[in-house]
This record gives sequence, structure tokens and C-alpha cells, in this order.
Amino acid sequence: MTALTILLVLVLLLVVFGLLFRLQILTSIFSGTFTRDIGMSNSVNAVLMLVFLVFGGAWFAYSFVENFNKMNPPIASIHGHQMERMFWTTMAVIGVAFAITQTLLFVYSYKYQHKEGRRAYFFAHNNKIEVIWTVIPAIVMAALIFAGWKAWTRITGPAPKNSVVVEVMGKQFNWLVRYPGRDMKLGVINYRMIDAVNEWGFDLSDKSAIDDFTTNEIHVPKGVPVLIKIRSRDVLHAVYMPHFRVQMYAVPGMPTRFWFTPTVSTDEMRAKLGNPKFNYELACNQVCGGSHFAMKATVIVDEPDDYQNWYAAQQSFSAKNPEVMAAFKQKAKTLVTPIAAQPEVEAAPMPLAASN
Amino acid sequence: MSDLTPKPNFSASVQASGGVGSAPVPTTEHGDHLLHDDHDHEHHDQHWLWKYVFSQDHKQIAKQFLITGMFWAILGGTLSSLFRLQLGWPEGSMQWLTPFLGHWIQAGKLNPEFYLALVTMHGTIMVFFVLTAGLSGTFSNFLIPLQVGARDMASGFMNMLSYWFFFISSVIMFSSLFIETGPAAAGWTIYPPLSALPQAIPGSGMGMTLWLVSMVFFIVSQLLGGVNYVTTVINLRTRGMSMSKLPLTIWAFFLTAILGILSFPVLFSAALLLVFDRSFGTSFFLSDIYIAGQALSNQGGSPVLFQHLFWFLGHPEVYIVIMPAMGMVSEVLSTNARKPIFGYRAMIGSLIGISLLSFVVWAHHMFVTGMNPFLGSVFMFLTLIIAVPSGVKVFNWLATLWRGNIRFTAAMLFSIGFVSLFISGGLTGIILGNATLDIQMHNTYFVVAHFHLVMGSSAFFGLFAGVYHWFPKMFGRMMDEKLGYIHFWLTFAGVYLVFMPMHYVGIAGFPRRYYAWTGFDAFSQFADMNKFISIAAIIAFLGQFIFIFNFFYSIFRGRRATQNPWNSTTLEWTTPIEPGHGNWPGEIPAVYRWPYDYSKPGSDVDFIPQNVPLSQTQSSNLPYEQEMAD
Repeated sequence: MTALTILLVLVLLLVVFGLLFRLQILTSIFSGTFTRDIGMSNSVNAVLMLVFLVFGGAWFAYSFVENFNKMNPPIASIHGHQMERMFWTTMAVIGVAFAITQTLLFVYSYKYQHKEGRRAYFFAHNNKIEVIWTVIPAIVMAALIFAGWKAWTRITGPAPKNSVVVEVMGKQFNWLVRYPGRDMKLGVINYRMIDAVNEWGFDLSDKSAIDDFTTNEIHVPKGVPVLIKIRSRDVLHAVYMPHFRVQMYAVPGMPTRFWFTPTVSTDEMRAKLGNPKFNYELACNQVCGGSHFAMKATVIVDEPDDYQNWYAAQQSFSAKNPEVMAAFKQKAKTLVTPIAAQPEVEAAPMPLAASN
Repeated sequence: MSDLTPKPNFSASVQASGGVGSAPVPTTEHGDHLLHDDHDHEHHDQHWLWKYVFSQDHKQIAKQFLITGMFWAILGGTLSSLFRLQLGWPEGSMQWLTPFLGHWIQAGKLNPEFYLALVTMHGTIMVFFVLTAGLSGTFSNFLIPLQVGARDMASGFMNMLSYWFFFISSVIMFSSLFIETGPAAAGWTIYPPLSALPQAIPGSGMGMTLWLVSMVFFIVSQLLGGVNYVTTVINLRTRGMSMSKLPLTIWAFFLTAILGILSFPVLFSAALLLVFDRSFGTSFFLSDIYIAGQALSNQGGSPVLFQHLFWFLGHPEVYIVIMPAMGMVSEVLSTNARKPIFGYRAMIGSLIGISLLSFVVWAHHMFVTGMNPFLGSVFMFLTLIIAVPSGVKVFNWLATLWRGNIRFTAAMLFSIGFVSLFISGGLTGIILGNATLDIQMHNTYFVVAHFHLVMGSSAFFGLFAGVYHWFPKMFGRMMDEKLGYIHFWLTFAGVYLVFMPMHYVGIAGFPRRYYAWTGFDAFSQFADMNKFISIAAIIAFLGQFIFIFNFFYSIFRGRRATQNPWNSTTLEWTTPIEPGHGNWPGEIPAVYRWPYDYSKPGSDVDFIPQNVPLSQTQSSNLPYEQEMAD
């Protein structure tokens, strides 16, 4: 019924509109204004061009300034500040190009509107001008490319040796987090060993897996390089941490990584923003299914000492789940050779960081 | 009949035209009626089915593409209004939509999986069905034979097949909207494994199968069309029409067709491999997956490989969308500024440059997908170079307006709007093409705003400019100019009001394809802005019905067109008002000059059509032309 009513109203509106339009044409025929000459409407459109430039430009400038603070999420990493500078420098460059070209476009449209008796200037080409406006953008682009390339190689370069390692694994629809434990070595995992309890697919026949621990939140120390290793166990996801200016896809079958240095602890940021509830967030930024929009993890930046204490207090996965450990021991006894665990693919396709 | 056929007779039209703004009188008295009869006679024995449905006439096929494209555009726009409702009012009730959406509304809420289906289908429909088939399909078909001076496409039959493959593809894609598990929902880029596994999202079941089958038909249609366009431009140009005398529209369609021929087969292969992965247990794109309580046996595949294959088409695709619009806008700007297009050769050069570069920039969509960062540097370099030829085009358009004598027809307004949108959207590409900055901007609304301005809205503006400009040639009638003005200003303001604020949301990091942002503190500050964008988007969408009304009203009741209503120089305006099959009743006119002789000094009219011999224009010939005339 609702559907029918809405459709009916739409059709009626259309009919009314059509009749009004017909009426307008008929009256204009009778009043003699129904002509095809270039007349009033041309200058009206020309003036509107200018009006659009002035009011559109004013609205844009106003809303940009008005929203400027909102569109700048606080930055909490070293490379984030570099990116931010580059972003706004580039914005300034394209802003100048934007202002000049748009102004010329609308001003020319207004200024060179049709005038009876005037003739357009036959100006077909000028190679000198073409060369100028090819070369100048090329130089500007070269500068931007160079700056971008320098920053990109630094950001994606190998992680420092003293980096803290944390691994996240995306799954529909949350993030799993694990740390290497006391031995500082991430143990072997195998997707075929995943079940409801062993969500990571820990292969506990590997010694270095035994002390790995899993958490719900990501803890990282302030001021120390953090290497995030990234996996997915089902579809594509992406680790996106806007405050740290970090983004990298989580790809099933292909571990990826990203390193950064957090500069502001969660407590400091809360005080700075005057928001006691503030948290750094990790969002999934590659569509992964119905609850993609809710796939979130919290990141907590601790002071280095707090981080050490927190790290030491964690209990390993194997200790928390003795039955899983027991099952592995059982298997190891019954088999002559331990389960041929798939070696962790350390030869990642990206030479991002020294392997740990 | 032969005595009634108008031979191009320039001296007659010179005498007849009283100067600026008046149309030359058709060379035959009462040309309209007589030619109309002529047109009827030619098709007297043709069954309507062959004339209107399975037509091999390029003009009829163009209209078929256009009207199918309009259907898709309305549908694509409706889908966007639905998801804008969700984004603008995430807490609002959608109960009232139940009669339309059925089980996709649960407890007054839009189903999040259906939300993804909406954005997926919106993207697919707009990119492929409207802006590729509807835009390039319409105008390449309509204008290539008319502007190069050919009777029809090289193969009328293949051309007909091109439309009917597109039609089949459309039917399949449309039917996927109505199946129980919903249409494809993995984004228009259909990245596997999400698109490969029905366990991951219901839309990857039957809906995805139909999507892939539909795309296969679509690609066949594109290839049939593309081969035809290229062949026609190369082989069927009329006497005197050298490549350096082609209108820029034809150059654009020609290069677009080449891009399509070279890139669509790669999408075909990607789709085929995906079908294999989905149905036959292969592992091209799948590896190490545990989903729905089960470890899959697939190993060794790479989802990143799919992205390479997809974007190898996907990036040229955005130029397939925008280049025809560039060509038409160049034509319309020049005609209505009454000035030659500035830097004709530079315009061709930049089109060629853009075409070449478009094949080597695809991986800028993949900077943060885990691809080797060295590749990122290379693709950043190649991507940012594209700004140079694009800039040349913009500067040349501006120089074309400079000291012109501008008539603001609806087509002209949309062309100026095109340039404005292309600048606004193109400039932010400089940010996104920079791998470093893309780390933060990737997959945010900044990207959404960027491509909706630079290829979405711009291409739509090119499409509108084309329809308003060539409508008289298509239907023998004029569209209503005043409605055109209202349509333009509403759309122009609407587009900016929608997409400018979207940049702000994007800079703050708001991810695209989010059903709701309410779960994140970082993104929740833009509630008002999202509402604003939604309202602007829905109003701008409703404004398009002015165009739809104007279009169909004018087909039947519009003012009758004259032979050359815009005083244009290109060959299509030398045909009868409603050209029949074969386009020119008599001989095809020969071409003697480039297509942009507007306001030439020494000539007493402000345009000299391409078919006017240099010997007839002694007073206005440039020195080298005079040499050729002698």
C-alpha cells in the first residue's frame, strides 16, 4: 500500500509538472517571448557563472575553515607528522592551482559572454604557451614525486632492530592480537589447526609458539618503534590506524607488515584532548562482509615501563588452554615425526623489516 | 528522389546566414518535409522490428545505448539515495521502505549486507553500464560515422550484436537484484576472497555468479563495439578527412576504443579465473583460508594477483569513461565559444599521452595492499606524470574560452561545468597518487570524493553536454533550453555540495563502504556533515528527473530543429535534419579543412564547415591554405 501511494504521488507530481511546463510554453508563445535568439538568458547565465564563483568560493572557504579542526585527527607517530606536513604542503600547491584555474574559468565565462557584433579572437595555437604550461606542472610534479618518494622509502623501509613486535590477524569480524612472549619469537601457526579455541591456529609442537600470548587490545610502548605484522585468515582486511597514519592490507596467505613509532601515550592524548574516554582505534578499511563497519580494535600506547609490566603479566596461550597443549603432546607421542607444520612464510613479498 | 537531395552548397548558406547566431537555411527549400519523405521511402519495406529493435543503423543503436544507459542511471542513482539515507540517518527507521526492499529491512533497519550490495551495484552500474556503455556506447556509435563521413559503422551487424550483448548483460545484472541472497556485495572491485566465498557474504553466492556472467557479456559487447569504432575511424573516413582533420571527439572515441580493446580482455581473464576459483576448486586467488568453521584446501593463490588483473582494466577504465567526455566537451566549448579549440595538436598529443600512461599506473590503487614498496615508488612516479597532459587539456580549454564569444546553451553550461569538476577532482589525484599520502587516504571518503568528481560527475556532465548538443541530430527536435539551465545549475551546485564536504570527512579518515560510523570515536564527529551530504545528494538526484522529463518530452513535442542549429563546422550537421540509414542521401561530402574554423578572420560568417573547399574561402585562407587552394 505504501509503495502504491508513493508511486501514485510521484506520478501525480510528474503530471502536474508536465502540465505546468506546457502552460509556460503556451504563455510564452502568446506573449511573444518564445524565441531562439541569444538574449536575456545568455547574460543571466553569464552572471550566474560569476555568482557561482563568488558564493561557491565563499561557501567552500567558510566550510573548510569551519571544519578544519575536525578533519585533522590528532597525530601520534613520528612519520605521521612528516606525512601531515607533506599533505598540507601538497594541498597548498593544488589549492593555488585550484583557485587560479577555477577563477579563470568562471571569469572568462562571464567576461566573454556573447555580445552582438563582437567576434571571437581566432587564436588556434601557440607552441610557446603550450611548452610553458607543460614544463611548469612537470617541474612541480617532479618536486612532489621526489618528496613523496623519499618519505615512502623511509616509511616502508626496514624496521629498526629494537622494534617491538606485535602480530594482528584479521577475521570476520574482529582482530586477533598476539605477542611473541618471553623468547621474543613468534611461534609457528597453521590455518589448518584453527578451531573455536585455537583461533590463531598455534602449532604448539613448535617451541617458540608455547610462550606466545594473545590479547584483545593492542598495547604498544611510547617512543619505541613498533613493528606490526599483519595476517588474515579468511578474506581481505586492512589495518587502519588513522591517528598513527598507518594502513596496510591483511591478506590471506601473504603476511604483510608496517612499522611506526608512537609518540603520544593514550593517557597523554586523553589529557591533551580533554576527553577521558579517548582511545586510539584500529579500523578495518577493506570491505570484508556485513559487519565490516564494526570490525575494530583498541590500541593503547603505554609508557615504556608500564608496557614492560603489562607484557610480563600476560599469560601465554598454551598456559591458558592446557587442553590444547595436552592434545598436541598426545599427537607428538602417537606420531613418529611431529606434524609437518607449515613453516611461517618469513620471506614476505615486501622487504619491510628485518625478520625477528 | 535524387533531385531533392541537398548537395553541400556552401555559397548558398553563406548568403543565407545573416551573421552571428542565425542558422544557415537548409540548401533545399522545405528541406525538412522532403527529406523526411526521403527517409521514410528508404525504410518503407522494413519491418519495424528490424528498424527499431534489431537495427543495424548506428544512429538507432546509439539511441538504444542511450536509453538503456538512462534506465541504468536512474537505477544507480536510486541505489545511492538509499545508502545515503542510511549514512545520513544511521539511527533512523527505514520501515517505510519495507514494501520496496522486503526482507532487506529487518526491524526497521537496513541490512548491513544489503548496504554493501547497494554500494557494489551502484558502482558497477555507474561505471560500466552508464558511463562506459551509456556514454561511450551512445556517442561513439552516433558520432563516429557522422563525423568521419561514413554511411555507417564498418560492420553494422557487429554493431547490432554489441548492443544486444550489452542488453543481455543488462538483463542478467538487473535480475541479480531480485534473487533471495541479494546481488553481488563485495564492492564493485569484487576483490576475492570475499567475492569468491559465499560463506563470507551471501552476495557472493548466486549474486556474484550473475555479476560475473553479466560482465562476460558486457566485455564481449565492449570488444565488438571497440573493434568496430577503431576500424571505422581508420578505414571509412571520407575523402580529405585525414587524421589531422578529425574532430577531437573522434580522436577521443578512437583512443578510448583502443584502451577498451587492450584492457577489457584482462578483466575477462580475471573474471574467468575467479569463476574457476568459485566453481572448480582452483586456487588462483585463494590461500590459507579458514572460514565458517572450516579450513579450505586452497593454497598458493594470491588475492593481490586479482587486484593487479582487475586494475589493469580498472585504471584504463576510468579513462575509457572520461576521454569521450573530454572529446565532446572540447567540441562543444569550441562551437559555443565560436573559437577554434586552442592547441588542437596539443589536445591530441595529451589524449595520446594520457592513453599510454593509463596502462602503466594501475598499481596506484594498491600502494598499501602488501605489494612490494619499490613498485609503489615506480607507480607513484608514473601516476603523477599524468597530471601534466591533464593540465595541458585544462589550460587549453581555458585558452579556448579566452576572448571567445560565448553562447550559453545547456550543452555549453555542462561543458564549463565539466572543466570545473575535472579540475576540482583531478587536483586531489595529486595527493592520492603520492604513495606516502595514500597511506592515510587510501579507501577513505577522500578517494570517494576524488573519483566522483573527476570521473563520475565529470563524465556525467560530458554525457549531458553531449545529449543537449546532439539531441537535434538524434531526434530532429530541440530540447528545452530553460529546463536545461535549471537542470544544470541544480546539478552543478548539487555535485559540489555533495562532494566538497566529502573531502573533509575523508581527510579525517572516514573509511568508505562503512554501513555506519557510529562505532568509532575517530569518525563519529561528522554526523551533521553526513546528513548535509545526504540531503544534497537526494535533491541533486531528484533534479535529474527534470532532464528525463525534458528528454522524453522533447522527443515528441520539442521544437523542430534546423539543419545546423549550433552553427557548427563538423560533418554531422551537413546531413538532413533526420538522416536516414546511410546518413547522406547523396554523395558523402568531402573534407577540405580542420574542424575548428570558427570566427576566422576574413570570413563573413563565423564558422566555415569542414566540407567547404578552400577555393571558396579565398578571403579567409591562411597562407598555407591559400597555397593548397591554388
